Amino acid sequence: MAAPEIDVRYVAQLARLQLTEDEVRTFQDQLGQIVDFVASLGRVDVSGVEPTAHTSDVWNVFREDVAKDSFTAAEALANAPRQANGLFSVTKVLE
Amino acid sequence: MSPQEIPFLTVAELRDAYRRGDFTPREALDALLARIEQTEPALQAYLDRNPDAARAAAASADVQLPLGGVPIGIKDLINVQGEPCGCASRILAGYRAPYDATAIARLRGAGAIPFGRLNMDEFAMGSSTENSAFGVTRNPWDLERVPGGSSGGSAASVAAHSAFAALGSDTGGSIRQPAGFCGCVGLKPTYGRVSRYGLVAFASSLDQIGPVTRTVEDAALLLGAMAGWDERDSTSLNAPVPDYGAALSGVKDLRGIRLGLPKEYFIAGIAPAVETAVRAAVQQCESLGAEIVEISLPHTEHAVAVYYIIATAEASANLARFDGVRYGHRADKPKDLLDHYGRTRAEGFGPEVKRRIILGTYVLSSGYHDAFYLRAQKVRTLIRRDFLAAFQQVDAIVCPVSPVSAFKIGERTADPLQMYLADIFTIAANLAGLPGISLPCGFDASTAPGKTLPIGLQFLAPSLGEDRLLRIAHAYEQSTDWHRRRPPLSV
Repeated sequence: MAAPEIDVRYVAQLARLQLTEDEVRTFQDQLGQIVDFVASLGRVDVSGVEPTAHTSDVWNVFREDVAKDSFTAAEALANAPRQANGLFSVTKVLE
Repeated sequence: MSPQEIPFLTVAELRDAYRRGDFTPREALDALLARIEQTEPALQAYLDRNPDAARAAAASADVQLPLGGVPIGIKDLINVQGEPCGCASRILAGYRAPYDATAIARLRGAGAIPFGRLNMDEFAMGSSTENSAFGVTRNPWDLERVPGGSSGGSAASVAAHSAFAALGSDTGGSIRQPAGFCGCVGLKPTYGRVSRYGLVAFASSLDQIGPVTRTVEDAALLLGAMAGWDERDSTSLNAPVPDYGAALSGVKDLRGIRLGLPKEYFIAGIAPAVETAVRAAVQQCESLGAEIVEISLPHTEHAVAVYYIIATAEASANLARFDGVRYGHRADKPKDLLDHYGRTRAEGFGPEVKRRIILGTYVLSSGYHDAFYLRAQKVRTLIRRDFLAAFQQVDAIVCPVSPVSAFKIGERTADPLQMYLADIFTIAANLAGLPGISLPCGFDASTAPGKTLPIGLQFLAPSLGEDRLLRIAHAYEQSTDWHRRRPPLSV
């Protein structure tokens, strides 16, 4: 598999990261090399191989759906950079 | 015993001294605080310390408990109620943990005193602690060198006797490699052995909390206090927890143990001093009665690529939570929501974290998911199968921790790919979910005149084989005196 190009500016937008022009140039170069390297996995024969998501032999862990004590609203808000009326304050979404 | 000597005790020795009434936990804590004052100007292992809370806990410590009154340093990504938990990142500026991680709650239950926040690579992304937003921690064996990473503060403080023991986390070697670089013992448990509840997530399918200590026995004591099923971590394993400390008693040799030596782990690029020390350690194991068997782990060469796809993919999802709304840094006066997210994260994250978020987002993005992420998960299966096959032949595997000893600060920061490639010997254990331990096996005198740097030896065992792993490591350790050497930290 030929290593595909990585468009750092576009991917950073997907990740909600504003980059400076300097960062775009540096990361473009560094991540280009890293993508070339990880693309070497294209050489491995994986036909018929199941993917591993994690290594615990446990799946579909459920618990009883019962209410328990948890944080109070004040505790949940204690670290919020901005809050109002006992709620998290979010930057305006709609004009 | 003079107070100056107390910080040089192991956890087991400290416990015994308390029980004999030689001194109190409060006196030991004061001795530790004095030692920290002495070492910190040069070492810079701690990001924060709260002596008042620790003194209060020491005053009421019950020394009959397994870790009663023992202060334990905590890597800055494990939540301890009321303390900062900043992951050495600007994006968590001002954050205070509203709860205890399960590992912390269990240590407290065993009488231990969580004390101090230890430096690390930001969000555990790195192998040198140079990616901390708050400055690099130094290696106590040579202050011009890195302590390794990402749990560099944990390893440096334990090696410099400015912590009796510490917790780290290991996603691709972040406990074992710094322990190797600093000459301590570092244990990464089986995935699911210790609850991850309250550990800030980097790569959820790879992360494990584990101890950094001066002896194998101390690692066994800490693991025993932390291990076990937790309903708050759905990947934690519901398996009985052996008495790891008791498992060591009577262990004197390695008779009857078959140790596998993976031929793929002795590669070009391994430093001669490291290869010599590890091969001598393997011989020592043989002289202790172990049978050495050459084994093959054929997919080793692909482990680094698999790791940097899976770990960054999981990180890009996990770090999406840092949005400037619920905690941490928030950009000032954003013009809209996208600007709020984009600037909050640009200002809060350092370069390595940004690099990995971008790589992880890329390998999960539309059109690339199958070629990168899904394929990496399949090769992960092959790597895991290599180990399952090897453990049909042998009881444990012996190998190096890192191809090199501690490198100079700044020497490798310009080339991230070269830094990643040096993780080759540690990451497979995370991909396969296996327990691994690193302990000192010699010193490298080739790096600078008059200076020696520790070299680490690694053992790997089958899933949930920590008791066997600890017995093997203990037998080797007790036949050497590497772990008794003290760094020349001059302050």
